[in-house]
Amino acid sequence: MWPDPNLKVATLVSVGQHPKSGRARRAEQDARAVELGLKMAGTRSRLVNVGAGDETGLRQYLGMGLPELMQVKAGTEADAVPALVEHLKTHPTDIVLTGIRAEQGEASGMVPYLLGEQLGWPVVSRIADIQKIEDGKADVLQALPRGQRRLLRVPLPFIATVDNAAPEARQYAYGPARRGQLAETNGTAIVDEARLEWQETPAKPRPKRLNVVKAKSAADRFKAATAKPQGQGGQVIRDGTDREKAEAIMELLISEGVVR
Amino acid sequence: MLLDWLLPTLLIAALALLAIGAIRRINLWRAGQPEAVKLIAGLMAMPRRYLVDLHHVVERDKVMSNTHVATAGGFVLSMLLIIPVYLFGLESRWLTIPLLIATAAMFTGAIFVYRRRRNPPARLSKGPWMRLPKNLLAFSGSFFLLTLLTSGLLPENFLGVWGGWVLTAILLVGIASGLSELLFGMGWGGPMKHAFAGALHLAFHRRPERFGGGRSTGLKPVNLDGALGVAEPKDFKWNQLLGFDACVQCGRCEAVCPAFAAGQPLNPKKLIQDMVVGLAGGTDANYAGSPYPGTEVGKAHGNPHQPIVDGLVNADTLWSCTTCRACVEECPMMIEHVDAIVDMRRHITLERGETPNKGAEVLDNLIATDNPGGYDPGSRMNWAADLDLPLMADKQEAEVLFWVSDGCFDMRSQRILRAFVSILKAANVDFAVLGNEECDSGDVARRLGDDATFQSLAKHNIATLSQYRFKRIVTTDPHAFHVINNEYGDFGGHYEVLHHSTFINELVEQGRIQLDRFKGGTVTYHDPCYLGRYNGEYESPRALLKALGIEVSEMERSGYRSRCCGGGGGAPITDIPGEHRIADMRVDDARQVDAETIAVACQQCTAMLEGVVEPRPEIRDLAELVADGLVVEAAEPGPAKTRPAVEEVH
Repeated sequence: MWPDPNLKVATLVSVGQHPKSGRARRAEQDARAVELGLKMAGTRSRLVNVGAGDETGLRQYLGMGLPELMQVKAGTEADAVPALVEHLKTHPTDIVLTGIRAEQGEASGMVPYLLGEQLGWPVVSRIADIQKIEDGKADVLQALPRGQRRLLRVPLPFIATVDNAAPEARQYAYGPARRGQLAETNGTAIVDEARLEWQETPAKPRPKRLNVVKAKSAADRFKAATAKPQGQGGQVIRDGTDREKAEAIMELLISEGVVR
Repeated sequence: MLLDWLLPTLLIAALALLAIGAIRRINLWRAGQPEAVKLIAGLMAMPRRYLVDLHHVVERDKVMSNTHVATAGGFVLSMLLIIPVYLFGLESRWLTIPLLIATAAMFTGAIFVYRRRRNPPARLSKGPWMRLPKNLLAFSGSFFLLTLLTSGLLPENFLGVWGGWVLTAILLVGIASGLSELLFGMGWGGPMKHAFAGALHLAFHRRPERFGGGRSTGLKPVNLDGALGVAEPKDFKWNQLLGFDACVQCGRCEAVCPAFAAGQPLNPKKLIQDMVVGLAGGTDANYAGSPYPGTEVGKAHGNPHQPIVDGLVNADTLWSCTTCRACVEECPMMIEHVDAIVDMRRHITLERGETPNKGAEVLDNLIATDNPGGYDPGSRMNWAADLDLPLMADKQEAEVLFWVSDGCFDMRSQRILRAFVSILKAANVDFAVLGNEECDSGDVARRLGDDATFQSLAKHNIATLSQYRFKRIVTTDPHAFHVINNEYGDFGGHYEVLHHSTFINELVEQGRIQLDRFKGGTVTYHDPCYLGRYNGEYESPRALLKALGIEVSEMERSGYRSRCCGGGGGAPITDIPGEHRIADMRVDDARQVDAETIAVACQQCTAMLEGVVEPRPEIRDLAELVADGLVVEAAEPGPAKTRPAVEEVH
């Protein structure tokens, strides 16, 4: 059934940064999102980028065989979200794919959630695949820790972030990258006031907490490495009203010191 | 006599058909891309190229060489005489006696061709080639007899009336079959096509530098604003298409191809024949030689405007090549197989983005980190953290620039690099390294078809090198050596580059280092392709081993016939499966001469040969052997002596 000629897929892409050299490149998760888009809608899937991104990085997405990348010009200090909301409202879209977080800049991972909030669309995080679309609903395979998967049925339109469990992005080629069009439009440029005040410093590697495995046998070590940790004081609430569930979450957040 | 009017008619018909066929063939080549050649100078140089350069290659097989001289020489001479004698009816002993000699020579040669064809080796193509000796015999025999009869050298009425008729009939059949093979077939794609296409191929060769003892091995750059590589046969340069048509299907390439021997799906001869199918249109059903291992013959089809990959040639075939150039070295028609393979790889990588296996990852790393492993470009000097190497950035000027290469990231190669540094220090060479400023030479990127990345790396390195003053570049990596020496020139980088074997040998000859005798057992030497065939350096490594007191016990395939280790051309990265591993076969070669040590001169060869399961000969780079044998002068003041003594104070 793939690629589906009627499906409208938009992939939000950002300029990535190589972890060793710091050089601009296609972001790994975004590239996986492009790969998924190519699978579902072929070369008709759209690429959208906001900002004055580095051209070599963006062209690597075009090198995967897509004819055009829409670059919404909003200035370096602008917030990407309003520009994206405007773009998605004016261009009919069924599925918005993107990586989980950017490889540079704020990299808060908030863009899909803010978009979902403002557009009123559901957000599915960390998906590994979209299996089929029937009657306006998509069967989405969500990646959970330790190789587990959960199948969700999500009504279109929706936003999904693509996990590293999704198929690896195809090689980009010089010819298509050179030929692809970087189309520019002007978008809503709302200056991100909060960000202006921030200072950026290179991240320091934080010490990792050692996980001491006191396993006696190989089977135990295997289990420790693969099994999902069970019952660490958590609580599964299936019954009760939404309010009761929300209160339980709030209570946890207060006790953990996340909300004060 | 019947022949008086029939023979000229036959000759004119055959010559006319030859001309029509030749024009048709020329038009097929003209479908290729334009490439400037020297028309007149090329044609003028052709006889010499044929008689000297090509003969030099053919002569490696003495019997075949003499056979060809007799047959081809006899044929050319007889054709030159047949036309005046039988077409224009000139009667002179000055023509008929040479014609008798020429046809006799051709007949003798043809007998040897026939004998070889009675039990042909596997590398030879069968099919139409099997009928060629018969037609050669028919042509030369008939014209010899005819000339003998009409020359007046025999008594009158030698045969009588009936004998004359019978003989005329036999002669007619012989002449007709000979002419149709040798003239008609030459223009219309028969085995004799090689004579016509081959002559023009020699005249308009894409690498004329190869003639007259020269060497031309650097790949030609891609115009990144134009077509990226070869997608369809018409994307080849016209003289490349011409070159494919020159193939005689002798299979010498097949016999030396390491990928073919390893059972990978590549046979250089079949590849060239598939290119002929591509340029002429049709299928490979008439191909009568060895197939690509594991691939059925008869399924491939193509035409000048059809994509080559999948249809005519499988991509795996192109990726099996190690670019060792053994086929090119061995080809008596001087066809450039490696150029064609890389041209097609360029399309796969630059347009399709389908470099197999680890190819995409390696190219991605080269783009992002300037090294194939994706290591931090700032960690290039970690291998020499304790060696205190002088940096070009600090010194600005040095006699020798030591090109470290990507071996700096590999722990085995680091041992070679460190050995070489100890030699440099022992000889008090004024040297410096680029350190983190060095990038990958671009060898792997280029041979994986990514000329865009190669060119950007090359330009970057040339810009870096232009900042400093040095006399020569020395490297332990033959691939970097080849690329900097032969391929940077197209981008404005001209340097004196030496391989470490040449350089160390110079140091020994100048007496700048003293060597002890080697105390191990039997040693053989493995010629790296990129040092030997690509750059002609066979002597220095051997001289160096001799200086160590080593009598090299040569493997059967050594020197220009050295068998590849399997590590070139990105072959370990694309890793096309076969029945054997090339490196295993190479170590078997060494086992046959009972070698206890294989001396190598390339870190790639070291990695490949050391990957062979033990027990096997030890693999040592020349630099390591020399470093072990260095005689260090004892008079060197150690740091311990200069340290102030500690006194006890109460």
